[in-house]
Amino acid sequence: MRAEEKTKTKIVRISIVGFGHVGSGVAEVVMRKHDEILRKHGLDLQIVGIADLKGTIIDEAGLSGDEIVRFRAGRALKTEVDVDMSSLELIREIEHEVMVEATPTNVTNGEPGLTHIITALKSDRHVVTSNKGPLALEYRKLMELAERKGREIRFEATVGGAMPLISLIRENLAGNGIISIKGILNGTCNYILTRMTNENLPYEHVLREAQEIGIAETDPSKDVKGIDTAVKLVILANSVFGIDATYRDVKVRGITEITPDALKLAKDAGYAIKLIGDVDIDGQLEVTPRLVPVSDPLNVGGTLNVATIRTDLAGDITVIGKGAGSIEAASAILSDIIAIYS
Amino acid sequence: MKISMDIELKDIPGQLVQALKPVSDLGGNIISVLHQRDRKTASGRVPVQLVFEMEERRLDRLVEKLKAEGMHVVSIGKERLKDSMVVILIGHIVHSDIRDTIEKIDSTGFAEVVGLSLSMPGVDKKSSAALVLSAIGKKELKEALRILEATASKKGIMVISPI
Repeated sequence: MRAEEKTKTKIVRISIVGFGHVGSGVAEVVMRKHDEILRKHGLDLQIVGIADLKGTIIDEAGLSGDEIVRFRAGRALKTEVDVDMSSLELIREIEHEVMVEATPTNVTNGEPGLTHIITALKSDRHVVTSNKGPLALEYRKLMELAERKGREIRFEATVGGAMPLISLIRENLAGNGIISIKGILNGTCNYILTRMTNENLPYEHVLREAQEIGIAETDPSKDVKGIDTAVKLVILANSVFGIDATYRDVKVRGITEITPDALKLAKDAGYAIKLIGDVDIDGQLEVTPRLVPVSDPLNVGGTLNVATIRTDLAGDITVIGKGAGSIEAASAILSDIIAIYS
Repeated sequence: MKISMDIELKDIPGQLVQALKPVSDLGGNIISVLHQRDRKTASGRVPVQLVFEMEERRLDRLVEKLKAEGMHVVSIGKERLKDSMVVILIGHIVHSDIRDTIEKIDSTGFAEVVGLSLSMPGVDKKSSAALVLSAIGKKELKEALRILEATASKKGIMVISPI
């Protein structure tokens, strides 16, 4: 018997809600990796609907690459795949198995992602998301709903981008007690501090430079004030430690006050200053600049993310990877989709 | 306090036990014993290096006891502050009374500020400093950091501590 005859092919229909950097990255990797995933995992991934502020496109037989590219470019042509349908109608009414939620994070009320996720679970869809807001605000409620509906909600892309962290702990480190996780979970802050150290430049200067090359957003406050890192810690606290924490439980201090002199003094003493997120089994959640010994594995530069997981059996394990970027986040989402069916 | 002590024993059986007994009798906690039989002194005595924890005020009594047993106490080294940590401060460090900040640590009796490098870029700009804290133990060092953080927080100074 040949290998491909042994595994029955399963068609997995996917909707993508939110079609910015991450959503379009997901569409790109699903197309690019389609044949490989079919061959290796027996999954025939089909994108049946995409919705965002521009509108909605659907094709229950699977959208073509051309149609997706055209939609991304701003629906220049009106064809039969363009429909007058809201994102919620797409989630509810078009038959599919997995809803990918990739709208921007909102830590105030989690919307529109929260409603998208709840609607998808209620419509018996699995959910894979890169959106931190809904998880940071309503983790327990979403998990309970998923459990009740017998569906999965996966969210590897929310913490550390392409860097495997949540599934590493849940699957590969199963059986280990996790004592703490600390690391650099925001590439923008890491870039700014690395560059300030190497070039001896003030914060404001490096921030402007980072904005020009697209590493920092026009409004960088979520990154530089430590809010983004704090939200990720909340997700780790809930998903890894089972702590019912919210954003308000995190002690947060950002990097805006760091001076080139402080970085130099630290360097002379054998340390780098990094914005470290730290969560432990006792429920302590803290985001603050810390001194990291230059020889420590947490001392990574540029936009890299890193996390050291302290376990009771395996000791310390450190993972390093690209924390942001369209294809990197899509990589995590794709892994989550495949994991649902393995 | 951690104390290291070099003594010399007569080369007869039972001497080492007799040297260690007074340490524990006085509430000391022996950390290490180095008995160097192969490095006898010119007078044929055996050098022994002891490291132990003991309250400082009991040290004189220990030396008396050892001497009474006929042992030679060659040297005593006190290592009071054995744990250290570097912290970075950012803020108006000098103008918020740096003497007071340091005094808050030094006055504890279990920790001291043993090093300070300061960088002041301009009169109205924030300064940065590297401070070395030392304490008699890990627990005390942590407490010293907590005191420093509380003091700095009141003065609007940011404290960056090691992971």
